[in-house]
Amino acid sequence: MILNATFLSAFAGAALILLLPERRAPLAKWIALLAALIGLGFAKTAFLIYDNSPAAPHFQFLTRIPWIPRLGISFSTGADGISLVMLLLAGIIAVAGVLFSWNVTHRPRAFFAFYLVIIGGVYGVFQSLDLFLLFVFYEIVIIPKYFLIAAWGSTNREYGAMKLTLYSAVGSALVLLALIATCAASGAHSFDLFTLADPSKSHFAPAFQSWAFPVMFIGFAVLAGLWPLHTWAPTGHVAAPTAVSMLLAGVVMKLGSYSALRVAMTLFPQGLEQWRTVLAVLATAGIVFGALVALAQKDLKFTVGYSSVAHMGFVLLGLMTLNLAGLGGSVLQMFSHGIIGGLLFAVVGRMLYDRTHTRDIAELGTMGLAKALPFAALTFTVASVASMGLPGFSGFIAEFTILKGSWISLPFFLVPAGLGIVITVAFTLRALQRTFYPSGESPAHAHVFDPISFPEKLGALLLMAATLAVGLFPSTLMDPILRSLQSPLMHRLLTEATK
Amino acid sequence: MTLLTLIPFVGALLVALLPWHRAARAVGLASMAGVLGLTISLALGYDRVAGGIQFREQHAWIPSLGVDYFVGADGMSLMLLLLVAIITPFAMLTAGPGISKLQVALILLLETAIIGTFTALNFIHWFVFYELSLVPAFLLIRWSGTKASTAAALRFFIYTLLGGLAMLVGFLGIQIAAGTFDLIRLGEMGASLDGKLAAAFGSPSAGLLVFCCIFLGLAVKVPVVPFHTWLPDAYSEAPSSVTMLLTGLMSKMGVYGFLRLLVPLFPQRMQELATPLLWLALATIVFSAFTALAQTDLKRIFAYSSVNHLGYCLLGIFAVAAVPAGAPVARAAATNGVLLQVFNHGLTAATLFAFVGFLERRSGGLRGIADFGGLRAAAPVFAGLMGIAMFSSLGLPGLNGFVGEFLIFSGTFKLVWWSAALAAIGLFVTAVFLLNIIQKVFTGPLPERWSKFPDLTSAEILTVAPAIALMFVLGICPQVLIALFNTK
Repeated sequence: MILNATFLSAFAGAALILLLPERRAPLAKWIALLAALIGLGFAKTAFLIYDNSPAAPHFQFLTRIPWIPRLGISFSTGADGISLVMLLLAGIIAVAGVLFSWNVTHRPRAFFAFYLVIIGGVYGVFQSLDLFLLFVFYEIVIIPKYFLIAAWGSTNREYGAMKLTLYSAVGSALVLLALIATCAASGAHSFDLFTLADPSKSHFAPAFQSWAFPVMFIGFAVLAGLWPLHTWAPTGHVAAPTAVSMLLAGVVMKLGSYSALRVAMTLFPQGLEQWRTVLAVLATAGIVFGALVALAQKDLKFTVGYSSVAHMGFVLLGLMTLNLAGLGGSVLQMFSHGIIGGLLFAVVGRMLYDRTHTRDIAELGTMGLAKALPFAALTFTVASVASMGLPGFSGFIAEFTILKGSWISLPFFLVPAGLGIVITVAFTLRALQRTFYPSGESPAHAHVFDPISFPEKLGALLLMAATLAVGLFPSTLMDPILRSLQSPLMHRLLTEATK
Repeated sequence: MTLLTLIPFVGALLVALLPWHRAARAVGLASMAGVLGLTISLALGYDRVAGGIQFREQHAWIPSLGVDYFVGADGMSLMLLLLVAIITPFAMLTAGPGISKLQVALILLLETAIIGTFTALNFIHWFVFYELSLVPAFLLIRWSGTKASTAAALRFFIYTLLGGLAMLVGFLGIQIAAGTFDLIRLGEMGASLDGKLAAAFGSPSAGLLVFCCIFLGLAVKVPVVPFHTWLPDAYSEAPSSVTMLLTGLMSKMGVYGFLRLLVPLFPQRMQELATPLLWLALATIVFSAFTALAQTDLKRIFAYSSVNHLGYCLLGIFAVAAVPAGAPVARAAATNGVLLQVFNHGLTAATLFAFVGFLERRSGGLRGIADFGGLRAAAPVFAGLMGIAMFSSLGLPGLNGFVGEFLIFSGTFKLVWWSAALAAIGLFVTAVFLLNIIQKVFTGPLPERWSKFPDLTSAEILTVAPAIALMFVLGICPQVLIALFNTK
């Protein structure tokens, strides 16, 4: 139940906000913060009490209530190390997102209600063990996204919102199609993940796997920014209000990669085997092209948006290595990029754009930002250094483990992936330098902006502490992830697909 | 050992967080003094009879990846730590009282990273500090904020990072094959590592690939020609005090890397590839010497001269690797020469850049050799002390530079005679360009505009005096240092 409390608190918060009378509207953000904190509290507690000893069951906190027995659908939740890491990420981003939305005054009740619904949906996906339930939560995330971007967004918001929603919808349609086919083909009359993944209870012919796998995987991977279906990501991120950019980059993209791992790859190891090289090529293309395009951007938010594509490319490459190091690194990278991407968007969207009303790198460079907003400069510097993958921050350990994984099974992808890292360093440094520390004379007239507010500082410190803590003590997350990858459910991935 | 790394780090935090700008230098100096004191006591406490790695501290860090927090030091590390402890405060003092709070903090952070590199015994632990050093170095190089310095810093950063990445990839391969990042255990495997790599990746050339990856990373750092192109810009655009740290300490990270990471792990590859490697070292020596001859900017001359001097270190290392057995005297001579040269070059090059910094402060940024003349008359103390440093760089007997180079040459000559003979060209050219500077800058008629050229202030004399004194001490009795890395 402790797991269910995460999304229940979010949904309850949303309901409470909608019940607020008009004159109490300013209370909405407080309720949202409280709900997010409670959710984080539950996620963290679950993470802490999760028993990671070798003899303990892999999936804990199980809840199972029959829902539509005729179709073999039940409300089934539970978590292993991988789910818990993702739940923790969702909790952290949820709290930080509210803190960075403290200045929302336009229809705050609707904003925070939609926001909490997304959070609840995200929590739900990360703990669902029934595929139908997972899909329901997955869809809950997509609809409020559209409204949040279209109503509270900035540049080109209708276009961005529509593009994002259409891509997501197409992805969902593919997933739904594959899910229905899966349950029909299995003969197990169940949507239960364990039943479907158990070869003694359900069997998927290789011919079936060879088409169902790519349909389902790509359906999920659209959301993870798989190249060349990634174009919604930069446009959507840019159009979205800050908190939603943070959610998109921080957790929603991870929904795609998490579900791809948990469902598509787990169910169809033989289909995966056939498509592995193709997908690894696409992942690497995402790394390299995402980074190259980011290098060419003039708009700071687009730079960060494309950097998400590059970082998610690492997640997908890690998934394709199909060994312990690569998969473990991939999950860690999901967490790491969630935090770092969230932090970058927070600086660009909230700290800078809300004050300067521009995202043009050259224009920002003329404002003497390092002097005018020193805290924003510090935060962006830390986030950039973490994003480059310098040791000491979470990104290093994640990308490094993924590189190790690809050394073992995909050695030819090392060179382009390494190249991607170098370009990432180049564009990150370029953005950092031109925005905050431009060369040449300091500007003649000093710009004066509102100082960085307390909630912003709090949110930024939370995220910086998270990336640093994981960078210094990665075992905290890595140990449960690695043990979960060896669970009976995931175990087939490591053995069958690489035969 | 851990304390040693922590002192400057805590100092950096204190300096950055404390509100007083005035106290920054004092706090910085106090933490550097702490490091120096602790290093000296470690060096004295080092048991030379037992030798080997001492003061070990090892804790599991990321067990799933075989990453440990593992520190320790042998004579070589201790010597480098001494160099760090001496050069860092020297550089900070050279910058003068105008140094800002943030700069002091960055210098301390850099000191932390360098100490961490010289004490780490697990590759990842080493790498964390190696990369950490890039951030403060990057910010310090582009301190003036000009376009040129920004570009130079960016280039430095990207080149080193690219090299670091190559090294990381190489070591990942090693970890997969040998199952450990522990440098001591890998060193013990030595010759068998190559076979393990070949077996793990099913290809006999895997070992060569990994070797090349690691070599590339270190070659960029030292640097070896043709991987040196980032260096002249970075050295000349950075403030002189920062260049002191770059050449005095950071280039040593590369040489140290050769001795700690590459030579012990790949003794056979080193021997097989000795001839091309020696040619690379020779190219570094000769090319940089001739390039220095063609420069007119003092900082660039000394930058190329640094490359040249480090080339001798590589020459010695590769010559020893070329002849793995026999000739114990020659091998010992060359090895001791390399280590001495590392220390001496750190000291001498840093001092030279300190003088360039003083010169720039007086000339308003001018540093072309043609801009000056006859300064001996206007500033005799300046000319005299800088002359000593130049002669040390040139390798005059009685000063520190001579001993190291002499040992390298005498050892190398017996091991691989032709390389020593060819490298001697570098010595002659170095003598030519250094004497040329002395002639153009210090002698001749004093131009009108420098007639009021101020001599060194007493504070400046005090800053360089310890370094100059050390040059004499090490020139006359180098045993002080040699004793550290030769077991009794």
